[in-house]
Amino acid sequence: MDKSNNTWFKSGAPWVWMSAAGVTISLISVVGLLWLIASRGLTYFWPAPIHQFDIKDELGKEYTVIGEIYDVEQIPASQLAHTAIDLTGKESVERLLVKTGNRELVSLDFRWLVEPLIVAQSEPENVAVIERRTNGNFYGFIEELYIEGKKVDVAQLPEFVERVDNLQEQISELQKSDIMSINYELERIRLNRRKDELNKELTKARNAQYDSDVAALKADYNELESELNALRAQVQRDHIVVRAMGGERVNINLEQVIEISFHNKMGVIAKFGHFLKQIGKFIGDDPREANTEGGVFPAIFGTVLMVLLMTVIVSPLGVVAAIYLHEYAGKNALTKLLRIAVINLAGVPSIVYGVFGLGFFVYMVGGSLDQIFYPESLPSPTFGSPGVMWSAITLAILTLPVVIVSTEEGLARIPSSMRHGSLALGATKAETLWRIILPLASPAIMTGIILAIARAAGEVAPLMLVGVVKMAPTLPLDGNFPFLHLERKFMHLGFHIYDVGFQSPNVEAARPLVYATALLLVTIIVALNMTAVSIRNRLREKYRALEH
Amino acid sequence: MSITAKSFEPRQIKNSIARWCISAGGISVLFTLVLIFMYLVYVVKPIFESATVEPGVSVSLSQQQTSEQAKTLAVGVDELNEIAFYIDAQGQIGFYQLQDSDQHKAGETLLKVELLAQGEQLQHVYTTNYNHYVLLLTSGEVRIVEPQFSVVFLGDERQVHPKVNYPLGEEAIVVSEEGEQVSQLTYAFASERAIFIAQTTDKTLLKTTLIAEDDFMYDPEHAVEYQIIETPIAAHSDVMVAHMAITPDLTMAVIEYDNDVAIYDLEDEWDVPVRHKFNPLLLTPNDKITAMTLLSGSSSILFGTQSGQVLQWFEVAGEDGRQFQQIRHFKVSDTEAVSKIYPETYRKSFFTLTPSGEAGLFYTTSEANLWQGKLLNSDALPLAIAPRANALIIGQSNANANTLELINVSNEHPEVTWSALWQEVWYEGYPEPDYIWQSTSGSDDFEAKFSLMPISFGTMKAAFYAMLFAVPIAISAAIYTAYFMPPAIRKTVKPTIELMEALPTVILGFLAGLWLAPLMEAYLPAVFSLVIFLPLATFLTAYAWHKLPKNIKVIVPEAYAPLILLPFLLLTGWLAFAISPLVEQVVFGGDMRQFITNDLGIDFDQRNALVVGIAMGFAVIPTIFSMTEDAIFSVPKHLTSGSLALGATQWQTLVKVVLLTASPGIFSAVMMGLGRAVGETMIVLMATGNTPIIDWSIFQGMRTLSANIAVEMPESEVGSSHYRILFLAAFVLFIFTFVFNTLAEFVRQRLRDKYSSL
Repeated sequence: MDKSNNTWFKSGAPWVWMSAAGVTISLISVVGLLWLIASRGLTYFWPAPIHQFDIKDELGKEYTVIGEIYDVEQIPASQLAHTAIDLTGKESVERLLVKTGNRELVSLDFRWLVEPLIVAQSEPENVAVIERRTNGNFYGFIEELYIEGKKVDVAQLPEFVERVDNLQEQISELQKSDIMSINYELERIRLNRRKDELNKELTKARNAQYDSDVAALKADYNELESELNALRAQVQRDHIVVRAMGGERVNINLEQVIEISFHNKMGVIAKFGHFLKQIGKFIGDDPREANTEGGVFPAIFGTVLMVLLMTVIVSPLGVVAAIYLHEYAGKNALTKLLRIAVINLAGVPSIVYGVFGLGFFVYMVGGSLDQIFYPESLPSPTFGSPGVMWSAITLAILTLPVVIVSTEEGLARIPSSMRHGSLALGATKAETLWRIILPLASPAIMTGIILAIARAAGEVAPLMLVGVVKMAPTLPLDGNFPFLHLERKFMHLGFHIYDVGFQSPNVEAARPLVYATALLLVTIIVALNMTAVSIRNRLREKYRALEH
Repeated sequence: MSITAKSFEPRQIKNSIARWCISAGGISVLFTLVLIFMYLVYVVKPIFESATVEPGVSVSLSQQQTSEQAKTLAVGVDELNEIAFYIDAQGQIGFYQLQDSDQHKAGETLLKVELLAQGEQLQHVYTTNYNHYVLLLTSGEVRIVEPQFSVVFLGDERQVHPKVNYPLGEEAIVVSEEGEQVSQLTYAFASERAIFIAQTTDKTLLKTTLIAEDDFMYDPEHAVEYQIIETPIAAHSDVMVAHMAITPDLTMAVIEYDNDVAIYDLEDEWDVPVRHKFNPLLLTPNDKITAMTLLSGSSSILFGTQSGQVLQWFEVAGEDGRQFQQIRHFKVSDTEAVSKIYPETYRKSFFTLTPSGEAGLFYTTSEANLWQGKLLNSDALPLAIAPRANALIIGQSNANANTLELINVSNEHPEVTWSALWQEVWYEGYPEPDYIWQSTSGSDDFEAKFSLMPISFGTMKAAFYAMLFAVPIAISAAIYTAYFMPPAIRKTVKPTIELMEALPTVILGFLAGLWLAPLMEAYLPAVFSLVIFLPLATFLTAYAWHKLPKNIKVIVPEAYAPLILLPFLLLTGWLAFAISPLVEQVVFGGDMRQFITNDLGIDFDQRNALVVGIAMGFAVIPTIFSMTEDAIFSVPKHLTSGSLALGATQWQTLVKVVLLTASPGIFSAVMMGLGRAVGETMIVLMATGNTPIIDWSIFQGMRTLSANIAVEMPESEVGSSHYRILFLAAFVLFIFTFVFNTLAEFVRQRLRDKYSSL
């Protein structure tokens, strides 16, 4: 027996198992990571049950806490030894983190409850979750509804919430498109006037023209403003009275209300509906409350736009470079240098690209562009400050090697018999490339571009220097001429995660949103990568078939 | 071949155009890399350039008096070096245009004002660092004069109008209550108070305090308080005070008597007590102090000596309280004494002069000798540093005429030298020389501390812990995947692990900072026990499998080892976490973190090197795994077959043949992983506290080069030393990764050639 053990040990089998453990750990960590993000991200949308806790604290005071359970943890009883809580015979104690909302009543919207203090726990049917535009959620029992100051039946509530919703939509439409475009026009007139002044072309007639334009716009503005004020008065008409957990009766104006839902009343199907609706709102809405609530639409939009711009720049460059390396370059020192350059471009830390982009593109190139083309708006910079265009160019350099390597791999897989055949039939090299090689390599190019997009979508460090902001007031694409504003700053999903998770005033409250954003980003990137890998695999199969 | 129409065929032209375009596109990749390199060098280079001092414009003064009466006593210049002024012995101030402008020609007299009232006579003019000129009258009274330049914009035109302001009133101020004559004077001013310290001709030291009724910014009205300062050393009572200075915050006065220095406390309401006494020439007792001044920020005192040295002294906290100590010295001249020292207002630079007019420019923190040369014919000429420290203005006088001469100084980055970046520096107020990174602070005259050591160290530390975690896992996983795994499983396992590379690091960083760090803090024993338990569990599982009856072994063959291990390792992990509170209770008295801090005396940060190591380890595992796997997988099959045929076991073949052959490939994989760990930004930014400290402790955070750039770049001023040093940090990263990557690529190329020859 001993001998067999000895030979087993000597054969190195335990070491093989050890190396197998390396695979297992890697797999556990990849899958675990994805599962962690997915589960935490998705629970954010799922309507959680609202609990009511009756508490009797160590001093004998009794009160009620209503809220969602956020976290549960076991702590050793000794940690609570300094309190007067009776813990005799307990090794560890359960502690609940409860989100109580109601920010106007309590200073913290989270609180810890120690399990032994909970006298009773229930899930009252008619507790309402009121999602509000400011101040976060409110949990409570809706008692009264006032329409135009008159008390009416609470059952009519959905109808009036709907009405407020429509009005709010009109208001934001008015503010965001009409008034914004007037402001944009006014700014343009100011710049044009300044431009004429600088060129010494500001004649009296022109000046008068500008003045009358401004007057007209201001008149429009006043009209819109009064319209806006009327709508605002309308939207503030109704309010509800809600009883909070402490028994306080709070007036909530319907203007504040986005949605009222009764989580404890919902069945599974209703919950699922609510879940989908929340996901929809997350993707389609603007952020609220310093990014800690609401949706991430501007971040998605900014990411997509920046990545598209980057694709436009990186694809031709990367493909051309790969074609040169594979089809044209001879076996010489220059080619060797080029290959080292490609490897190094891939290996240079992304923050270095950010530094380079900020110094070279933003300050040097952008600063010069401003001097030449936008002297009228100086000293405030146009292209001389970080923006979506510079971000796209910086990331294009960063992802260039990805496209080159992938395209080159595709080119290498094309059997040389195809090239020879084409050349033998009298086609020039350019024609062979254009008609034969490129179509065949297109899936590989596609793979490269997809991988580049995935890389760019997840890259944050350089963007922090060359164009991303916490909160962009306007999207880089809007209804004002020239529609695409390349100089504007933008929001980005990756940066959103960093910003909300680490720089927001209420990290605890924002954490579920960060997980949700992370899930969205991971989904996009994993999906892009899977697509790329599957295209590449299919391509490999295809050429294997061609070769035989 | 003759030139026929055919070779000019559009097709051929298109072909060659395509060739040119594609070649240009290909070369542009190389061009981009070179451009990045060159641009970084271009931004970094100015910080290592030393200063230049060159004569600029000069204007001659139109004066009718004889040269003795017209002797220039003080000079000055405006912020843009456009208008210079002088004060002459007659008590007249004159403003001259130095450079042509829209309204004025160079040399034009802009304004002349008489500063003295009827019957007054000027004894001396003292200059200060904040543009106040102290006119000492022969009667022992003083008047403070502040030349001002008001800027008016008329349309696009910028007009500058000089004028004279009297911040403490036009009325002459009586310094000595008894009306004695004053032989030495020093003055300092804050918005609500002004203090004179004067020595009268009969050697009494006086302190005269002016207390503003409101604020001197708006209203010169004030009350006066007179005090007599007792001479600290009886033996010195008949010695004249040589040098005096008051700190700008009006807390201390420095007075030098015959090579002894006394520091007086000026904040005491009733008395002017001596706080410290010291002899700055302890080390060179035969020397003699010939000049003294306070450095910008007023923590340091500079002494010029007979033997041509400048000594820097400041207060250092020691065992017996704060003591003045000599920190460093500068050799200014071998032959001459240092007769004058002119400190800059906001930076730690200072100019020195010797009696023959040899000048020097130095910077204290970086111990930089920035410039030395002959500037003047004598040290007696009035000299002032321009407000932006980019010029000197000198009042030259010779037999025919007096001139104002501007000397251009270009001294943009005196605080940076190679030694200040990489060696220990003794900063003001620190007990000893140290490596410190602290780039900004609230005050203007802050001593910037630009040591790259702490952040380079942080980079190394983060990379080290990441590699410590990643290399064993990645390489063992690669070995198994490439060598033992059946192809069918390998096809799914490999892309799954490689998928990790695609995960944005911002997500890894966020999970590390917000999920992993608190989790590990709570379950610290679990983390450490896993290091032992996981290999142990693996070994036990392997042994148990070995002991299994044959028929079961057939159903679950060894090839599925990773899958067999999966439940056991998960169980081990769960167990480690489950018993963690118990272990904490029994071994560490309830809280391991408390135990580490209190019993072991090690500081503990929640976001520490352990968290970074694990999070960044995950980021580099796929890089190392993927390349190692490729290297091992492409070891030619006949090598392994040969070894196995000679009777070696699988493991022996692996260790003695496969790993040996693939070792250059593994090396280059590790290099690539290291390159990635060194440059990673988001994970360290989010998972550490970003404190720039030098400490190998696994429970402490760090700040890395990349995170430092991300944190500080957005708020650094373009073109400042700070901005350029951040570019230097980027350049260091660039070079680091360039070396690693090129080395790795080179090794890999060699390996590929070797395989193909096999």
